[in-house]
Amino acid sequence: MNYQFEFGWLFQYYPQIVKGIAITIELIAVGAVAGILLGIVCAWVRALGPAWLKPVVAGYVELIRNTPFLIQLFFIFFGLPSLGLQLNELQAANLAMVVNLGAYSSEIIRAGIQATPRGQFEAGASLAMSPFETFRHVVLVPSLERIWPALSSQVVIVMLGSAVVSQIAAEDLTFAANFIQSRTFRAFEAYIVSTAVYLVLAILLRQVLTMVGWVIFPRRAAR
Amino acid sequence: MIEFTIWDILRNLLLATRWTVVLSLVSFAGGGVVGLVLLFLRISKRKWARGFAKYYIELFQGTPLLMQLFIAFFGLGLFGIDVPAWLAAGLALILWSAAFLGEIWRGCVEAIAKGQWEASASLGMGRLQQMRYVILPQAMRIAVPPTVGFSVQVIKGTALTSIIGFVELSKAGTVVTNATFQPFTVYGLVALIYFALCWPLSKSSQILERKLNVAHRNH
Repeated sequence: MNYQFEFGWLFQYYPQIVKGIAITIELIAVGAVAGILLGIVCAWVRALGPAWLKPVVAGYVELIRNTPFLIQLFFIFFGLPSLGLQLNELQAANLAMVVNLGAYSSEIIRAGIQATPRGQFEAGASLAMSPFETFRHVVLVPSLERIWPALSSQVVIVMLGSAVVSQIAAEDLTFAANFIQSRTFRAFEAYIVSTAVYLVLAILLRQVLTMVGWVIFPRRAAR
Repeated sequence: MIEFTIWDILRNLLLATRWTVVLSLVSFAGGGVVGLVLLFLRISKRKWARGFAKYYIELFQGTPLLMQLFIAFFGLGLFGIDVPAWLAAGLALILWSAAFLGEIWRGCVEAIAKGQWEASASLGMGRLQQMRYVILPQAMRIAVPPTVGFSVQVIKGTALTSIIGFVELSKAGTVVTNATFQPFTVYGLVALIYFALCWPLSKSSQILERKLNVAHRNH
């Protein structure tokens, strides 16, 4: 046990680390926005959509929820080119995150929609709203408000899961850590620092999502 | 060039699935034991114990499992400890799943009405007796569905150990792809095998949850 910790030399690699953090943030920003939108569409189909589409969406959700993110990523990056869909590392990583979060968030959002009392739909109809307007104004917003904390947790989980996109050479934070480790052989420092950065990112992301919740659900903040 | 049939690919993948299953079982069982310790620390009357468990859970839930694997694998090696991939994989997965199981079970214990604690205290039971005879038997019933559900996360988590070189299903997928140049087929099959392992567990977790709710309504 005569290992000497030295963190100072890490500073010379700060461009890589900063770039890695930026890409991790970009991945989660795209993933969260597009993933939640996809989740809303899937939740709508499963709760209220046309009958023929329900099994398709259910199959997608179950398949994604029961396979590892790493395999989804490999399938998209290495497997899809044989169908003629060639994506670069970042596009593949983004697509994998959207597909993954879409499946998880649809289950959470569906729980919110199903917790909406039946009378709300009827009330919307009695105000001469179309089914879409009722869904958009009467059902969706209160549903999202109800499940926002659960959805935020899921976004944080997906952000932490994004560490594996380094395996298809997307240059995220983990990629930077691996890069430093392979240059210097100082694995402990490289990984401890990047782990700490992830922890900070997770805490910040949770705060940001809480604040986003206040902005889009002002009623909740007022309460 | 050698031609590979689907059966050649599938057979090799299924052989590697054994290690995914073994690692999942070890991680789940080990995580359960450590998680139980965390649960007791988390609801202990001592402040330091509660604080330790809280920060442990925060740390392991707030950082990527991949980083925990890297620290266990590369990090410990620097201290002159020779860490084989299976040991690092097992260790990291046990510590990681303990954090989640501890937190899931805490929720279940806290779901038990406060009156139960007070009633058992009034019978002169000590803290351990209260847990053993009154709280845990009730909490265990609530805990079964989410615990089964979490086992799916453990199985999926084992896929990451391929990155530090533990040869299980995911690693075998990469190896077989490199030999056959058929990534679409291979990763498709790998995904289906994971699905076959995880889906029955997800499904039974859902069914258990429904059963439990029905039981609740009848009370």
